[in-house]
Amino acid sequence: MKRKCDLAVIGGGPSGLAAAIKSWNLGVKAVVLIHENDILGGVLPQCIHTGFGLHYFGEDLTGPEFAAKLVEQLKNTEVEVLNGAYASQLQVESRNLKRIYGYRFGEAFEIESKAVIYAAGCRERSRFEVGILGDRPAGVYTAGEAQTLMDIYGILPGSEIVIVGSGDVGLIMARRFALEGAKVKAVVEIMPYPGGLTRNVVQCLEDFNIPLYLRHSVVEIKGLRRVESVKLVRVDENLNPIPNTDFEIKCDAVILAVGLKPKSELLAKAGALIDDATGGPIVNDWLETTLPGVFAAGNVLVVNDLVDYAAEQGERAAESAAKFILEGKLPLAKLKSVVPGRNVRLIVPQLVSCLQDVVFYGRVRKPEENVLVRFEEINRFFKLPAVRPPEMFRFKIPAKDLSRIHGEKLTINIMEV
Amino acid sequence: MANLIRVAIVGAGVVGASIARALSRFENFEVHLLEKEVDVGWGVSKANTGIIHAGYDDEPELYPLRAKLCVEGNRIWHKWVKELDIPIRWCGSLVLAFNEEEIEVLKDLFNRGVRNGVQDLRIIEADEIRLLEPNASKNALAGLWAPTAGQISPWDAVFALVENSIANGVKLHLATEVKGVRVERERVLGLETNRSFFEVDWVINAAGLYADKIARMAGVGGYHIKPRKGEYLIFDRDAEPKVNKILFPVPTPISKGVVVTTTVDGNLMIGPNAQDLTEEQKEDKSNTREGLEFVWSSASKLVEKLPPKNKIIRFFAGLRPEPTGGDFIIKKYEEVFGFIDAAGTRSPGLTSAPAIANMVLDILKSSLDIELKPKEKWNPYRRRIKRFSELTLDERSRLINEEPRYGRIICTDEMVTEMEIVEAIRRGATTIDGVKFRTRACMGKCQGSSCMYKVAVIISRELGIPLWKVSIRGPETEIGIGDVKALLSEEKEETGEYEKKM
Repeated sequence: MKRKCDLAVIGGGPSGLAAAIKSWNLGVKAVVLIHENDILGGVLPQCIHTGFGLHYFGEDLTGPEFAAKLVEQLKNTEVEVLNGAYASQLQVESRNLKRIYGYRFGEAFEIESKAVIYAAGCRERSRFEVGILGDRPAGVYTAGEAQTLMDIYGILPGSEIVIVGSGDVGLIMARRFALEGAKVKAVVEIMPYPGGLTRNVVQCLEDFNIPLYLRHSVVEIKGLRRVESVKLVRVDENLNPIPNTDFEIKCDAVILAVGLKPKSELLAKAGALIDDATGGPIVNDWLETTLPGVFAAGNVLVVNDLVDYAAEQGERAAESAAKFILEGKLPLAKLKSVVPGRNVRLIVPQLVSCLQDVVFYGRVRKPEENVLVRFEEINRFFKLPAVRPPEMFRFKIPAKDLSRIHGEKLTINIMEV
Repeated sequence: MANLIRVAIVGAGVVGASIARALSRFENFEVHLLEKEVDVGWGVSKANTGIIHAGYDDEPELYPLRAKLCVEGNRIWHKWVKELDIPIRWCGSLVLAFNEEEIEVLKDLFNRGVRNGVQDLRIIEADEIRLLEPNASKNALAGLWAPTAGQISPWDAVFALVENSIANGVKLHLATEVKGVRVERERVLGLETNRSFFEVDWVINAAGLYADKIARMAGVGGYHIKPRKGEYLIFDRDAEPKVNKILFPVPTPISKGVVVTTTVDGNLMIGPNAQDLTEEQKEDKSNTREGLEFVWSSASKLVEKLPPKNKIIRFFAGLRPEPTGGDFIIKKYEEVFGFIDAAGTRSPGLTSAPAIANMVLDILKSSLDIELKPKEKWNPYRRRIKRFSELTLDERSRLINEEPRYGRIICTDEMVTEMEIVEAIRRGATTIDGVKFRTRACMGKCQGSSCMYKVAVIISRELGIPLWKVSIRGPETEIGIGDVKALLSEEKEETGEYEKKM
């Protein structure tokens, strides 16, 4: 079936929902929301713990509550929602014409749209991507997969658990298993520090007496049919295994929380440039990709720590898309490059117009204490007590400051005081 | 028919399935295909390089059966893939030589190929190598070009053969493990299995890695099958550069070497190494650092460029059944009438399978001194499951109009629809792997993390089994251990102290 609209939002998670609602509220009247699942909210419905919404809604919510609030807002709009829909192809035909092909139950659809907000989220890295060797038995799950099984379908994946990765996802799954009576035998982290928030280390591990193995790596999985054990090894400063430090832990399930990757393939195929550091598209401060009128938000743009940031980016993309649709174009500007400098691993947006206030999201390469985050060319410095790779930094820089950039770039350095 | 000859084939791998199909053509046989796993093709057939070899590798003096049956098998596959709609690329293979010594080996291979009856073999020079395969290493001085070689999907081959055999009357018995061969007065009476006794006149042993064990149960054989492990790396479909041809190094005494090839589904694949294991390690399909590093460095030498390592989406290992003596063991035994070995089917076992099947048929025919009566209604054809992702936009649209479930994409990486999964289940898949190997669901970048549970939900619904009991590949591989409250309710029942503890 053919449809015409002003804006197509791809992705029904927090950023896609926020984008659809915001664009409607800004006066975009033909909005189609395409999303894969039968229920809206992306990954939120299975995140039954709290910790969501403090920034965006000003209250501490569970994932389903956060999603429900957005869905409630969506009901006050006339956004057309395509459930169980998969967008297989995106073509940019001209500045004001994008074509999306996709499928859902009983329907092959084709959507003509002036603008697109791509908010397809991210996926989890597999054991193969991180190179965990050994046997390939049943009982190896990614954290999100285990969470889906437990909290959407009511199935327990195992009784003796080893969790690989101590980011917030890994920590929360450790507690989740412990709450169901499973024995969580280890959370294993290759770095010398935990990957998640300190409050999660306390609330998810220490409160449940779950051992955290820092500077350790799971190198092998053993078990012919089902997982029987994992082999751990200590690693040195360069993360290389130290000989003769290996030992085994018996378990019947291995849960991998070893990182997320933006699902940016459809954008890349459509011709958008991808940033190697984020894995997502390169965007300007309108959150517009290198394809005019195609915007990106949420975890496909950059893997966020907080759902609040994803929703915030959805709104930002919606504001830009609304301007693009209602005014026919975005203001012309000579874009300046944002350069990740000392101890900055990634930064979004990668380009700035200097015409408006910009929220920068970034991540550091290594932990440091008492630092200055320096936006060099405009002489803006921010003091932070500490930075850690797992924790994003976020700064809003006003347009008047950005207009002070005279050269071609804005460099961000993080320096110890 | 009054004097129906009852045959049990042990092992539903590519050899057993080929034999089943060959026998299914005739009125004379009642064929039972026995498989210990819950699906077909899950042993040696599932994890190998998937090459239909041209037939220049095997020395006719040392390995007469391999030399003869490989070339014959290659020829028959050309026909069978068409009848059975098996995915294959007849892309040809290139053995690359990097120094004068290796060029001498090429000449030996060429001469051997000609003697074995391989058609259209040629030794080519560097310029022509580049024309045929732009990604071949510029260091290659010469190559042996074998245009008759092909890249097949080995598990699709087994699914096709079994489906076609069943359509022609063969009875498949899954999860049926042979425990003994009953022999009386030098004559086979039947097979003891974990299920029931199969009273048969003939037993055909196509048990792959365990063929030595089956033969011993009948009191024959005396050979040993040792596993030779090979590890592989697979790249994402969007990883470049790929190769057009199958690239080999010059062979070693134990192996054809690490190959660089592109699978029928468009994934670049490299491997295998060759590691000899002991007879006790017939289930050891583990991946090792040394193995995968060797595969990587060997493959790197054959091509100008491999895709980046972060495009690797999976590694795996397979076992080749290495027989005592090195040649296939395809024969009947004077001491036990009714027992035929189709064993030791190491490389080129996949290529040779159709020819092995014909040879087994000949053995049966000559031993029984019967006239084979072709079935009037024997159907040589089988169509594979329609692949939504391979259709044009118009074709997809039409298909969804006919059957709305083609619109529901379950595996987004590989664009596999609900209807394809339902069809896979109709054709015999009962597990996640059964669906995966029939449809490619879970074979993309995410390796199942975002669609495995969706496949499980469909299996659970279609087969009426509780979701947690859906398995990856049969017993002990269920996706869960029970309801999410299973452990808590156990505690409560066993100790009665659940509330107090909380």
